[in-house]
Amino acid sequence: MAGKKNTGIKGIIDWIDDRLPIFTLMDEYVGPAYQTPRNLNYWWNFGSLAGFCLIVQIITGIILAMHYNPSAAGAFESVEHIMRDVNYGWLMRYIHSNGSSLFFLVVYIHVFRGLYYGSYKAPRELLWMLGLLILVLMMATAFMGYVLPWGQMSYWAATVITNFFTAIPGIGEWIVEWLRGSFAVDNSTLNRFFSLHYLFPFLIVGVVILHIWALHTKGSSNPTGIDVKKGTADTIPFHPFYSIKDLFGIGVFIVVFAVFVFYFPNLMSHPDNYIQANPMSTPPHIVPEWYFLPFYAILRAFTMDISVFGVTLIDAKLLGVLAMFGSIILLFFLPWIDKSKVRSATFRPLYRIFFWVIVADLFLLGVAGAMPAEGLWIYLGQFGTAYYFLHFTVILYLLGKYEKTRPLPTSISEPVTK
Amino acid sequence: MDFLKKNIDKIVGIGAFLILALFSFRVVLFLTFSPPEENSFMATAYEGLGIEAAPVVDRPVEHPRQMEWSFDGRFGHFDKAAVRRGLQVYREVCSACHSLDLIAFRNLTEIGYSVGAAKAIAASYQITAGPDRFGDMYERPGILADTFPAPFDNPAAAAISNGGKAPPDLSLMAKARADGPNYIHSLLTGYVDAPVDFVPNSDTTTYNPYFDTWEIVMPPPLFDGFVEYEDGTEASVEQMSKDVTNFLMWTAEPNLEARLTMGFSVVLYSLVLTLLLFLSMKTIWRRLKP
Repeated sequence: MAGKKNTGIKGIIDWIDDRLPIFTLMDEYVGPAYQTPRNLNYWWNFGSLAGFCLIVQIITGIILAMHYNPSAAGAFESVEHIMRDVNYGWLMRYIHSNGSSLFFLVVYIHVFRGLYYGSYKAPRELLWMLGLLILVLMMATAFMGYVLPWGQMSYWAATVITNFFTAIPGIGEWIVEWLRGSFAVDNSTLNRFFSLHYLFPFLIVGVVILHIWALHTKGSSNPTGIDVKKGTADTIPFHPFYSIKDLFGIGVFIVVFAVFVFYFPNLMSHPDNYIQANPMSTPPHIVPEWYFLPFYAILRAFTMDISVFGVTLIDAKLLGVLAMFGSIILLFFLPWIDKSKVRSATFRPLYRIFFWVIVADLFLLGVAGAMPAEGLWIYLGQFGTAYYFLHFTVILYLLGKYEKTRPLPTSISEPVTK
Repeated sequence: MDFLKKNIDKIVGIGAFLILALFSFRVVLFLTFSPPEENSFMATAYEGLGIEAAPVVDRPVEHPRQMEWSFDGRFGHFDKAAVRRGLQVYREVCSACHSLDLIAFRNLTEIGYSVGAAKAIAASYQITAGPDRFGDMYERPGILADTFPAPFDNPAAAAISNGGKAPPDLSLMAKARADGPNYIHSLLTGYVDAPVDFVPNSDTTTYNPYFDTWEIVMPPPLFDGFVEYEDGTEASVEQMSKDVTNFLMWTAEPNLEARLTMGFSVVLYSLVLTLLLFLSMKTIWRRLKP
């Protein structure tokens, strides 16, 4: 900046940037100054897509909140008021409800991309953990949002899920009453879920900022998993190359999104949720949204108490709850369980096979979670659960230790130019 | 062959998974000592609350007959004449027991009634309003802003007059059941004689294989010629049932036409936008080629 002084708009930008370097920050984060590996494939689009989903959910959510009435007596009717009487209210609500499903789809793909390409390994452990924290916050937000329409599934999902905490020995009942603000799920529960459902997305925004900060500190990983040398042919500026690629990804996503919103708006919701909540009538099968099904299967997988000489140490219910929360907490330790120096599955022939097996396992758990807990599905759910924990502990540990990996290229430009 | 080579890891992975699954299933079978049904989480969750899960009937329920509706598909629309006939059936038959809380008389202008005609329909109902300045409730003719009055004062009154079960509100029925429109039509036309070996749980119910317990409290509501259609259409049970289904699809999803119309433009627009973004991306990335 020394010597030549800009005038006009550029001068104003310089003046602001000198006092608050927000333009420098943008330049370094989404502008030409962010040096990005040149070989990122389309799986790397899902980070920006997740950000897009978050923004869509926040905007539609704020609009819905203007017309929604968070009371047990009025919630169901106010949602129908939005669907019928508010201008384009049906559009806002269908975008918001389908948006949550697609948000999870995008984020799950983003997580699996991280698993396949070893994005969780050093030096990106904190980046990975912050991402998981976002996932946990998303799950809490989605669950509380699902309760707000106050349909039958809303009500009974709230009942079953707050009931998890009764599994805690001694103080469980007390905690559940505290969470619900009542002896059963009712108006006070709905009020606090609405309040928290409005708060959590902004917590997510906060963690997303940390997530992106951590990303930019160490730079994006890439499909080869080897470190890039900044300022060489390995890297290209984020803008315009990846900004346009991300925009193209968002375009494709909007097409898919629009097909759901306009043509299949109720495909991912349950018909029972168009029946107003009724504490006196239990639906025969209480099923969570599809994105919780694998965890629901893990929850239900435990059917035996752990006993020593006839004294129950941990009962089946507590085991299920611990396993369900444990299945996510375990992922926080992944960078230290999988000690393989090679990041990308491209150069880990065995890990690649086990990666697809765990993908299949999660599909199995998803189906098991959707089925009524009877017959064969109980065993399949139990097997899927056992394999899930086996994969993320023993298998990944042994692979990291003993797998014979393929030789790595010396730079990422090498496989690109070949 | 190339596909095989490229995806060998996925194929081996899924294959390995299936084999593992089969083996482990055998193992788990031997390891599980207690019958799982007794301890499953849902059972304990219900017990903890003192809730009894609704009984699951293992009789297979008939799948709804698959009909063709004007509102199906990408270019679906309401058959307004059928919707109006359905309204007539609702007013003359269903409304004796079923409420329609979410529909206001002003909404009737959306299905082809003039404002005057909608006002006339509204005025044919007596609505309880008030309290007036003396603190008394009073009756007055309905206005456009009123919703259809419910046949019973409250759910308890509805239940006691209808064999112990309150007839559900119909506003959202077409979305509140799986395969809603087909279900409604199948149920209304599905009353048949019970098989000889069928033992009903209650003597106030009627056999209907489309209902989830096969026993429905609602007696057959429609008979040929029950209503006299203003447009001269013959009022067979099949016809009335179809018309009511059309009407209830409209009450459940009144914005269906607006949604589908907008959807077409949005998808078309975003496809073109995406194509342009794709071409821009290709052009920009071409700069990288040596």
